[in-house]
Amino acid sequence: MSNHSLSKHRGSLLTQSSNTKKRNAAETRFKAYGMAAIAFSFLMLAILVTTIFSKGMGAFQQTFITLEVELLEKKLDKKGNRTLADLKKISTFGYAPLIKSAVGSKVEELSINTALKPKQLLGILSKGAAAQLRDFVIANPDRIGETIQFRFLTSSRVDGYLKGRVTRESIKNDKSISPEQLDLVDLFITAGVIEKTFNIDFIIGADASDQRPEAAGMGVAMLGSLSMMLVVLALALPIGVGASIYLEEFAPKNWISDIIEVNISNLAAVPSIVFGILGLAVFINYMHLPMSAPLVGGLVLTLMTLPTIIISTRAALSAVPPSIRDAALGIGASRMQAVFHHVLPLAAPGILTGTILGLAQALGETAPLLLIGMVGFIASNAPDSLASGLMSPNSAMPAQIYEWAKRADPAFYERAWGGIILLLIFLVTMNAVAVILRRRFERRW
Amino acid sequence: MSFVKLSASAIVIAAVSATAATARDQVQVAGSSTVLPYASIVAEAFGENFDFPTPVVESGGSSAGLKRFCEGLGENTIDVANASRRIKDTEIAKCAENGVTDVIEVRIGYDGIVFASDIQGAAFEFTPTDWFLALSGEVLVDGAMVANTAKTWAEVNPSFPAQPIQAFIPGTKHGTREVFEDQVILAGCDATGAFDVLLQAAAGDTAKARKKAAEKSCISLRTDGRSVDIDGDYTETLARIESNENGIGVFGLAFYENNTDKLQVATMSGVVPSSESISTGEYPVSRPLFFYVKKAHIGVIPGLKDYIEFFISDEVAGPDGPLAEYGLVADPELENIQEAVSDEITIGGNS
Repeated sequence: MSNHSLSKHRGSLLTQSSNTKKRNAAETRFKAYGMAAIAFSFLMLAILVTTIFSKGMGAFQQTFITLEVELLEKKLDKKGNRTLADLKKISTFGYAPLIKSAVGSKVEELSINTALKPKQLLGILSKGAAAQLRDFVIANPDRIGETIQFRFLTSSRVDGYLKGRVTRESIKNDKSISPEQLDLVDLFITAGVIEKTFNIDFIIGADASDQRPEAAGMGVAMLGSLSMMLVVLALALPIGVGASIYLEEFAPKNWISDIIEVNISNLAAVPSIVFGILGLAVFINYMHLPMSAPLVGGLVLTLMTLPTIIISTRAALSAVPPSIRDAALGIGASRMQAVFHHVLPLAAPGILTGTILGLAQALGETAPLLLIGMVGFIASNAPDSLASGLMSPNSAMPAQIYEWAKRADPAFYERAWGGIILLLIFLVTMNAVAVILRRRFERRW
Repeated sequence: MSFVKLSASAIVIAAVSATAATARDQVQVAGSSTVLPYASIVAEAFGENFDFPTPVVESGGSSAGLKRFCEGLGENTIDVANASRRIKDTEIAKCAENGVTDVIEVRIGYDGIVFASDIQGAAFEFTPTDWFLALSGEVLVDGAMVANTAKTWAEVNPSFPAQPIQAFIPGTKHGTREVFEDQVILAGCDATGAFDVLLQAAAGDTAKARKKAAEKSCISLRTDGRSVDIDGDYTETLARIESNENGIGVFGLAFYENNTDKLQVATMSGVVPSSESISTGEYPVSRPLFFYVKKAHIGVIPGLKDYIEFFISDEVAGPDGPLAEYGLVADPELENIQEAVSDEITIGGNS
């Protein structure tokens, strides 16, 4: 028996025993599993990124039509006195005829034969064209009577046609556009009247109503996100760093501080929607702060980000070797001097990294914003000051994306994907800054 | 360190919040997600044409909007609640309890509810009876109510293809669900004679209570997965249909008209849904849309009166206005409503 087992385990350096072979094979298999897992995640990432970019890049381009509009005095200023009050009485509906005739004269100028009625001619333009014209007239009353060249947005269906989303096949039952209108669009494209170009308004513009997806932009929602991040930074950083300095450097180690520590870790894992309900109950219903205000959003996100910042700050502080503190104390510094003059500067890169990652997490958060009224048709007025940026209703980037994805017109869907690209750019930038800070300033002992 | 600066700015923010919370210069609206597109179209045009800032329109559902509406008066509460159904008596009582006594009801028009399926699939010509037989929990067989076992549409109505029954209907938090139950399922229940049988069997002291019990058993739908409640928006219903070609979903007319490349609409009782057939009342499944305004806020919130008058003006809510273009069926009695609004007539009578 013992003889038998001995012979089984007798090996040589040149030939592997079956046991070694088995162990090596297990290792090779494990490496293969690991590689497969990594390959799988890369594949998923690649699918995700290509989907986002292929669906979202369209939002950065928009179709425009160039028209010469005659600003008829008899339509816009019957009295002829150019007073602002009189000019403002003409609503956007009163401007539609001017645009209709501008499209009509363009059709004549290119000697196009079309059976389209004036109303259908207007249908290839965005509903926002009249507002654009009215804003111009109110800003420049002295130019009434002239013929001026304008660049208008086309309707979302025409834009979709140029982007390949809308085809003659797909609009069979569509009331908003007809094949004859697309024929005219084709002729306009050949004549260079309609063209698709980069659309800065998607990045800097305001949200638009359900009827004009072509005009919707992310800009105001971005300002909303920015205001919220300012609040989070201004509140979460001092409170978080202060709390962690106390807990790490000054607090006695006893069961109370243990309980606090456990609770902070638990708070970091609380779902964000819980903070949203808390925000609704405390900040809005109890403290009577305004609904939909980025300030409230910022306060809610502060609560959510605090545990993240406290945990990372404590980790950064405890990574500073005790010898630094001992040396400072040894030459007569007080504990506070030791912390603020020596420990905190050395821990700063770690604290900053944690803060930036916390902010990035807060930037992408949607759930709490649903409850404090930041979803809907909200991001329509750009704030004009810091105070109004904090107090007047606004949306945020992820909330705006969610809102767009819900809307009926498929053109909004494309914008939602475009919004995701913008949001990802922000997140990647913030994470990159965090990585760079850590690389440059981190010290190892 | 910047620690001090940051703390200082935090204090500044707190100070700003304390002072700025007192002034609000734009109209705030919340409520039904069905009314949201119309309200946002009006809000946008209002911002363009008036010197007031663009009103803020939040979604969240009719009930949620009315709940917030009834929380009380003051700048910290909403001015207007959108609703895809009429306000309930219990809600009016709740409002009054919190001091919201003078409420102006404004009907903005009608919304059609349509049944649509994948554009590649079979076409359907429904009647309410078909829907009752397909989705009801119990159907009438030989004078007795038995559990519904229909698996395909052909079992419901021999003229239909043998397509498995798979319906995506609005969840109970939607105002649309009530319309679906009242105008489709209940109508079908009545037409098949099941209602009379249920009424016979219904328990209750008064005739009214028995009727209510019978209606309740009529609209209790089958729970074996043939009918799926969608709690999200129409986009979710559309996604379900795109992934399941047998699915038939319930949509608003405006949503269907924006997605005609993916959906085909079914007729109801032989009528094709369109703005025209809904406004004449031929198409049977439609409901009025409303918004509610706090009279006490008029004159306090700048632009509120202008906003509601603009909303129902002829050029906005009329048959040629942008709302009708988007899918709202214009109210034939718009003139009366304009009059009532300009006189600020509240629910329960006087101005």
